[in-house]
Amino acid sequence: MSVRNWIHNRPHALEIVYQFTEWVFYRLDPLFARIGYDRTDRLIRPAEELGKKLTFDCRMCGQCILHSTGMTCPMTCPKNLRNGPCGGVRSNGHCEVKPEMKCVWGEAYERSLDMSVYGHEMTMLQPPVNRRLEGTSAWVNMLTGVDKEVPEGWVSVEELSATA
Amino acid sequence: MTDTQRRMKSGSRLERVLRSGRFAVTAELNPPDSADPGAVYDAALVLAEVADAINATDASGANVHMSSVAICALLTRAGYEPVLQIACRDRNRIAIQGDLLGAAAMGVRNVLCLTGDDVTAGDQPQAKRAFDFDSIQLLRTARIMRDKGMFLSGRRLDVRPKLFLGAASNPFVQPYDWRPKRLAKKIEAGADFIQTQYCFDVPRFQKFMQQVRDMGLHKRVYILVGVGPLRSDRAAEFIRTKVPGVEIPDEIVERLRKTPTEKKQEEGKRICIEIIQQVREIEGVAGVHVMAYRQEELVADIIEEARLLPRRKRQDVPRKTEGEQEMLEQRASTARTEQ
Ligand code: SF4
Repeated sequence: MSVRNWIHNRPHALEIVYQFTEWVFYRLDPLFARIGYDRTDRLIRPAEELGKKLTFDCRMCGQCILHSTGMTCPMTCPKNLRNGPCGGVRSNGHCEVKPEMKCVWGEAYERSLDMSVYGHEMTMLQPPVNRRLEGTSAWVNMLTGVDKEVPEGWVSVEELSATA
Repeated sequence: MTDTQRRMKSGSRLERVLRSGRFAVTAELNPPDSADPGAVYDAALVLAEVADAINATDASGANVHMSSVAICALLTRAGYEPVLQIACRDRNRIAIQGDLLGAAAMGVRNVLCLTGDDVTAGDQPQAKRAFDFDSIQLLRTARIMRDKGMFLSGRRLDVRPKLFLGAASNPFVQPYDWRPKRLAKKIEAGADFIQTQYCFDVPRFQKFMQQVRDMGLHKRVYILVGVGPLRSDRAAEFIRTKVPGVEIPDEIVERLRKTPTEKKQEEGKRICIEIIQQVREIEGVAGVHVMAYRQEELVADIIEEARLLPRRKRQDVPRKTEGEQEMLEQRASTARTEQ
């Protein structure tokens, strides 16, 4: 889709829009808290879904990490990888699973190079997905903090190397 | 206790070989389409002679074969050193953590954590994909179990699985500049050793290793380069078009095409030996991983002709003495008749 491509090819503008939207949401947080997050989810979700589906082919995983993955939705990778490309990329840079599609991670990496704000987050280790959040609003999950919750055993590198 | 032993994470023989600085050799076992344990022992016998460890693949290419956990369990029973391959394609986090414990209980000390080829690559493309974890999350989870003694949920383990953790790397596919960074991420997640995809393009690999050295990664992980003999130009053509992630340069296919039919297999073997000798000289390469699909009988020759054997200290190599060899063969055949 050419409009989508046009938007995608402006990763820096996108990350600024993201940054701004995040700021707006945090500003409005007291209001959402008063309305109740469940109700906010119902209010926001349709718009969020439509907007993100059109621009990013979003899969509504409920834990958006778009800005950390080159403004490219990692859930559009057929293997749902969150930490970078698999080893099956074809010689023309296309996906192992869908030969007609460019590898999502190849695109993510290239875009991240143009992203001065969040580009470096590509190297961050992404924890396993909380599958229960699928289909919920990632913006609301950001406000409540559930999108950042990790399993109790998922300890940091520092903690791990202290015992290793 | 020697210094090396103190630093050992797993009690794995492969770990010991790598830590001692000796050039390591691992080999891939072609898993049988059979319920006969003897088939596993037959396949292992030709590899064990020269390999420090034997990889049991986990339905590679998304084609079902005997499970890797079972193959590893059979191998440890006979005293071999297996590397358990685990792909994220078929099992969710609950099944995977259980398998890690079970494998460790069976004496498995090495695990290779993989994303896995997609279901569409195999003969049952209708299957449901799991991909609950990606390979990096799998690695980290295995490390948490080993170093923290708990499941991902935080629930305590009574006894930790002592595992030497491996990951794959494919320096030969795009995005090239991302590959060393992905390697760094895998090290951070917990990788102790790396086995790469088939290396047929040595210059590309050299570039990759240059970046790896610039980032200092070769000091933090043992890198074993994937190699293997091509049977013919037709096989090469098949592999590079049908097997995900394998790149074979035109020169190599051309070289095989020009070779007369009866000499093609020999030429494929030569190419493999040449590649081993070239990558061996690259700083930061700790060993080779030989994948000789359906040509396992060539592995011993390749290792010998690449002159990797004389430099290996014999006493430490899990090479079986004649008596042991006989016992193993016997065990293999009793296992078969018991069936
Ligand atoms: S080739 Fe790229 S998009 Fe396709 S499965 Fe692998 S990482 Fe995902």
